[in-house]
Amino acid sequence: MPDYKVEVKNLDLFYGDFQALKKINFTAEPNTVTAFIGPSGCGKSTLLRMFNRMNDLIDGVHFTGEVYIDGNDIFAKNIDVDNLRKTVGMVFQKPNPFPKSIFENVAYGLRVNGVSDKHFIEKKVIDSIKKAALWDEVKDKLKKSAMELSGGQQQRLCIARALAVEPALILMDEPASALDPISTGKIEDLIFELKNQYSIIIVTHNMQQAGRVSDYTAFFYMGELVEWNKTKTIFTSPDDIRTQNYITGRFG
Amino acid sequence: MTHIPNELSALKSTIIDMWSLVNSQMVKSRYALEHFDKDLVGEIANNEKRVDAYELKLNMDCEHILALYNPVANDLRLVLSALKTNYNLERVGDYAYNIACLVKDLEHPIDPECMTEMGISEMYDTALKMLTNTLTAFEKEDSNLAREVFRKDELLDKIKNRSNRVAADLILKKPQEAINILSLLSVVRKLERVGDQTKNMAEELIFYLEAKVLRHGQKG
Repeated sequence: MPDYKVEVKNLDLFYGDFQALKKINFTAEPNTVTAFIGPSGCGKSTLLRMFNRMNDLIDGVHFTGEVYIDGNDIFAKNIDVDNLRKTVGMVFQKPNPFPKSIFENVAYGLRVNGVSDKHFIEKKVIDSIKKAALWDEVKDKLKKSAMELSGGQQQRLCIARALAVEPALILMDEPASALDPISTGKIEDLIFELKNQYSIIIVTHNMQQAGRVSDYTAFFYMGELVEWNKTKTIFTSPDDIRTQNYITGRFG
Repeated sequence: MTHIPNELSALKSTIIDMWSLVNSQMVKSRYALEHFDKDLVGEIANNEKRVDAYELKLNMDCEHILALYNPVANDLRLVLSALKTNYNLERVGDYAYNIACLVKDLEHPIDPECMTEMGISEMYDTALKMLTNTLTAFEKEDSNLAREVFRKDELLDKIKNRSNRVAADLILKKPQEAINILSLLSVVRKLERVGDQTKNMAEELIFYLEAKVLRHGQKG
């Protein structure tokens, strides 16, 4: 087993002439939550999108450096990108359920990956909804449209959808920014539970959320990974004055 | 820009005001002791109530900042150190008041030779210097200046450690001064504690400025 779930080596990334990431070196250990923080445009979401190669879809992106997940170079020639995206689940800022039933939303990933065993799919869907702490709220209406759920429920459904395909890594891009405090609390509790089985990287603009949910925090500024350390250290005695100024609200 | 810099600036101002009041309480307790000035004791007692009021205000201010602004990093360290400094200052205020109470109970002025032999002036000089140095260090955010008080505290410990022997010798030499000498022994212990509280405040300042914990002999 490799020591790191994620390993980034000397990553430089450009959007055309603009350098969005500068010499990034970063690792994430298994069963940990890492928070990416930094002002808008600092490169944190760009780095997040490297892990499931979503940047491939953007014109003009080019990069140098290496990214490994579970010890595998995800930009190696023999990598199947669809398979990679199956193993790296992503949850977005705005819940994005499909206009299908609750059940079918979670079953979707399995079906497009060629799974046809009904019993297996059913078991997996139920397990995933339970893991996403949504079961009690939806168990009697699995056939109903996912669009009828509240925002917080929809977001947990999206997490259940990501879990169903058994990802190695879960990426969350501001997963609670559109939710009320109660729903946010549920997502945060869920993150805490999920890290027993998964590694999670979360982008957040909410400093208190980063403090509450993450084991490690990485601060990005103008494409640079300025500082990366245990969350407790970052929020009590950061090394870099830019980190201190950002987390104390002096800039950004 | 958030409101927190203004809140923290106001917190610092309140600490400085309280500190200045406590310093003046110490100066007045010295004057009362050296000049057998019982009138001054009443003034010190009144001011002690102001010190207590500052303590309550600072506690409440810190509670509000923690609840409303969620400070982190150096901001959080400032609030945490302010809470402890507040406690230390209130204790120093208590010692000044306690010394004043001793003066109130004296039946006659303290013999100057006893005062000198017990090292009272030297202790007051040192303790007041420590207090003002640490206050200046707090105002200027100067951790090097804060560190200077540690050596001064050693002098207070040294005088206190020999005080029992000195007091015993003085009582044998001047038995008619025995009660006053025992009071001076109590003053010595209080001034030594003022040094300890001031040292704690210097340690808190270094914690705030450098994120280093110096308590209980830890090397920062």
